[in-house]
Parts: sequence; structure tokens; C-alpha cells
Amino acid sequence: MTAYTATVTVRLKRGVLDPEAETTQQALERLGFELSDLRSADRFEVDLEAADADEAADRDGEMAERLLANPTIHDYDVAVAER
Amino acid sequence: MTVSVVQFGGSNCDRDAVRALAHLGVDAERVWHEDGLPADTEGIVLPGGFSYGDYLRAGAMAARAPIMKEVHEAAADGVPVIGVCNGAQIGAESGLTAGAFTTNASVRFQCEPVHLRVERADTPWTAAYDEGDVIEVPIAHGEGRFEIDEAAHADLVAEGRVLFRYCDADGNVTDAANPNGSTDNVAGVLGERETVAVLMPHPERATLPDLGRSTDGAGILQAFA
Repeated sequence: MTAYTATVTVRLKRGVLDPEAETTQQALERLGFELSDLRSADRFEVDLEAADADEAADRDGEMAERLLANPTIHDYDVAVAER
Repeated sequence: MTVSVVQFGGSNCDRDAVRALAHLGVDAERVWHEDGLPADTEGIVLPGGFSYGDYLRAGAMAARAPIMKEVHEAAADGVPVIGVCNGAQIGAESGLTAGAFTTNASVRFQCEPVHLRVERADTPWTAAYDEGDVIEVPIAHGEGRFEIDEAAHADLVAEGRVLFRYCDADGNVTDAANPNGSTDNVAGVLGERETVAVLMPHPERATLPDLGRSTDGAGILQAFA
């Protein structure tokens, strides 16, 4: 078994209104920053032991499917690194 | 009929629901989620509140509590189930109903009376009304914006599963009357069965005559009477 950190990034699907991101963008603009758009995402770093990177990614993906993301509004991706 | 009002850690409208149901002559009791559904459960309320502190997403944790499997089985057997506010978020998160309830377009917690247009009067939840009736019921939520993808929403509308829409006092469904940016002003929807419904507004806060400005919500809870 190898120790991995499997990172799930959960973000709103394109086209789903993100009022928190809009508010954050407005606050940045009030501070004088120029930007075209801003998106926010949630990141979950999961430390686990797995036989290989594929297994770690599969398990992390299932966590996203069953809890970390809501498929109605979210897309997610998984990245695995040895720890 | 014995109605089980399922209490999760952070539920806070469970007593209100029991009291409103008692006012309507319905036998109701609070049930701690870890204890499971009593065998004599003939109706289920998923009450409002902030279960598990709205961690991850409102309703996400409670939706995956073991008792929800029992709730799904009861719903499939035809037991009436209603989710109110956080209960609606839990119901949607657990797949009892389509769509999701997420951050209000205003990014504010909104606590105010709203008007709802009754879109279906031939369900247990709306038998007290006529189609097109306008009722006043309060909302109290920060994550009540109904989101659903276009195709799923078209199905929802085509199948007549939109139960309530936000409207003005005259029943007009307008952007101005939409408190939270919900898709198509949807405030409440039916599940696969008409005996399953969720809504963000609080009927139990508009049932007791001495509690506020409206008792219009009583008709919804009369489904259990």
C-alpha cells in the first residue's frame, strides 16, 4: 500500500449562478483590482492508503459522487499525489 | 395517524411542527434520527433548522443519515412525507425530489412573508386550496434558491410536479416576487409520488392563529389530518 493525498475539487457547473463569487468579485473591484470574472471552488484533500494511484482516484471519486459534490449543481475533478 | 417529525442535530422547527399538527388534531411526535422511525409511523415531517450547521451544503449531512433510508422506503410505500426549509434541502440532497436548494441570489438570509401560488390542488398537500389560490407563508432561509438543469426542469413542469411558485399578492409569478432567485419561481415540488413534497416556506409558522399574520399554511399540514 502507498500513501496518497487525493484532492477533490468541487465547483459549480458553468451557468449556475454563484452569488458568493459575484459578491467577492465586486469586493475585489472595489479594492481597485481589474478582473473579467471570478469563480470559486471547494477543495478537499483526502489522505488515504491505496494499492496504486488509480485506486486512490477511484475511491476519492466515489466520495465526490456520494457526498462531496451535488451532481445537480456541481462538477468535480480528482488529482492524486504520493504523500 | 401518527406523524414522525424527524429531529437531527441542529433541527429547530421540530417542536413548531408538532405543535402546528397538534392544533390540527394530528397526533405527531418528535423522533431522534438515531432511534429510527417508529413502526406506527403514518406520516413524516423533515423539519426546518440548520442540521449539522449546514456544513458542506445545507442538508448534505442529514440527507446521508441512516434514517433517510427508512424515510425513502416509507415514501416508496406511500407514506406522506414533507420536507420544510432545511427539510426541503435534506429531501432534495437525498434524492426524494429533483433539483437542489442553494445560496440565495441576494447572498442574504431572508426572513419574510411571501406569497405562493398553488399550482396543483389535486395533491394531499393542497386539497384545501383551489389551483391558482394565493397563500401567504413565511420564508426563513439563506439557501433556498431552487436550481435544476434545463432538461430536468422541463420534465418537472411537464409532469406537473411544481407544487408552489413564488408570486405577488395577486398571484402573478414575477421576478420581483421571487425572493431568492429560484428557477422559474419554484418554491416547492413534488417527488415521484404526490405523497412526497418539499418546500422552502414554513407552513407550520402559518398555522396557529395566535402566532402571526397568516394561517394559510394549515391547509398544507392538513394532509396529515
